Amino acid sequence: MRRKGWIENGLVYLVLLAGGTFSLLPLIWLVRSSLMDMGQIFEMPPVWIPKPFRLSNFSEALTILPFGKYFVNTSIIVLFTMIGVIVTCSLSAYSFARMKWRGRDLIFGLLLSSMMLPYAVTLIPTFVGWSKLGLTNTFIPLIAPAWFGGGAFNIFLLRQFYLSIPRELDEAAYVDGASHWRIFISIIMPLTKPALIVVGLFTFLASWNDFLGPLVYLNSESKYTLALGLQQFKGMYAAEWHLMMAAATVVLAPAIIVFFIGQKYFVEGITLTGIKA
Amino acid sequence: MKQKRVSFKNEWNGILFALPAILGLLIFTLGPMLYSLYMSFTDYSGSNVPTFVGLDNYTRIFSGEDQYFYKSLRVTVYFVILSVPSGIIYSFLLALLLNRDVKGKAIFRTIFYLPSIVPIIAISFIWLWLLNPDLGLANELLGALGFPGSQWIFGEKSVVPSLAMMNLWTTGGTMIIFLAGLQDIPRSLYEAIEIDGGSRFDKLWAITVPMMTPTIFFNLIIGIINGFQIFAQAHVMTNGGPNNASLFYVFYLYREAFQFSRMGSASAIAWVLFIIIMALTFIVFKTSRKWVYYEGDGSR
Repeated sequence: MRRKGWIENGLVYLVLLAGGTFSLLPLIWLVRSSLMDMGQIFEMPPVWIPKPFRLSNFSEALTILPFGKYFVNTSIIVLFTMIGVIVTCSLSAYSFARMKWRGRDLIFGLLLSSMMLPYAVTLIPTFVGWSKLGLTNTFIPLIAPAWFGGGAFNIFLLRQFYLSIPRELDEAAYVDGASHWRIFISIIMPLTKPALIVVGLFTFLASWNDFLGPLVYLNSESKYTLALGLQQFKGMYAAEWHLMMAAATVVLAPAIIVFFIGQKYFVEGITLTGIKA
Repeated sequence: MKQKRVSFKNEWNGILFALPAILGLLIFTLGPMLYSLYMSFTDYSGSNVPTFVGLDNYTRIFSGEDQYFYKSLRVTVYFVILSVPSGIIYSFLLALLLNRDVKGKAIFRTIFYLPSIVPIIAISFIWLWLLNPDLGLANELLGALGFPGSQWIFGEKSVVPSLAMMNLWTTGGTMIIFLAGLQDIPRSLYEAIEIDGGSRFDKLWAITVPMMTPTIFFNLIIGIINGFQIFAQAHVMTNGGPNNASLFYVFYLYREAFQFSRMGSASAIAWVLFIIIMALTFIVFKTSRKWVYYEGDGSR
């Protein structure tokens, strides 16, 4: 009996370790390759520890293309997207969770079903619309949607949080004459700070990682985001793996850092999206 | 009288608070949908005046006159068939293991989730390098174990399976949803089966899997919807190749719209995708009655 348990436990750890290796190895391989010179990177059997650590790969990769400019562009888009989502999404979610009005459930239902709509359907007409307004090759098409509710998914997520707050809290305040605005600002917002952080983090990642949006809307190099810069880099230095890996590491690092800062919120957020689905 | 005034005020306040979302729905969803439907019946390059051509765009793709339509559909369905079940089984297995009393649970959870936050462009770079047939780590590892190497994304036969394997790498989010579902299963159910002398396998088959069917159902639908929309990998890594073996549906659509400036035709292609996804979701929903267990559902 004891022996059986021991074997079983061993198997569990074996599978977990194999899975863990599968998850981590590509990332480790990326980072180690980004720190080697052209010769060492191809050595077989593989070398795991760079010798010496070639930090100059980073400065070289980052100066070939104006990555500083790309970084600023990406940051501007991400920042204004995050502000837009947090402001308009929380207002809308409050309305859907805490206020009663005619047509509310219909509109919420439409919002939810819009999550099933392939982005490809709206991509083309939206692009045509922005180009008629002469706003392609600006950041506006990438930022504006965030200011109009910030996406069905985020509204759904925040609404779930808002529904979990006891009704008595705001009803009492409402009877005492507080306006919805006041209840929203001084009761709901402070109570749901973690939820707003979850939405903010998801938005950061989605915007930072976005590839298709910038690809479709931005065409002059001075407007490029990091993702587009990287894509262009691949076209120019396809054989210089050490530089390509260094550039990829730079694009990846902020996402990883943000993930580790907000780790516990992430799990909470993903969990909420999966329950009672 | 007072009551009525309060609710009236509420009515407008409610709409006012939800106004961003309502406008967003009109401007960025419903409006474009209608516009796209209209465009799909026109010959439109993005710069000319759209001319109405009836069903021409649709007959062109369905008749096979545009050979790439069926090709891209086949490639995409193949990818979905490979990636969705494998992703669900893999992440379900990991969640089952992490739901036990293992040491370092939190660390494993983080490690498995980590790849799913990596930007898609960086993911593509990493795997381009790992899967390089001559210089990549993947073939080196296979060789060390005595297996022959693969052409991976550069082989016509192996490109879609390779991308499906890459997809496994990013299923951490699905795993966390499964893990949350597993933690919601009441312990008392397991205790009941223990008293009856049931085995581990009985527990898994009689309790865990049935109780998890709603979560599996959710992940299945999301997986199918996402699987049909794979794009960036094809754009960055394979450019649809080799020999169109990874010409995924959305990549084909993107090419029509933004490289060949056939906005009308691309809109028709987009609507066909929409209908396919709707139909598949509907089928999964319909059959779900047979296999999804809902608590307190008397019919089962």
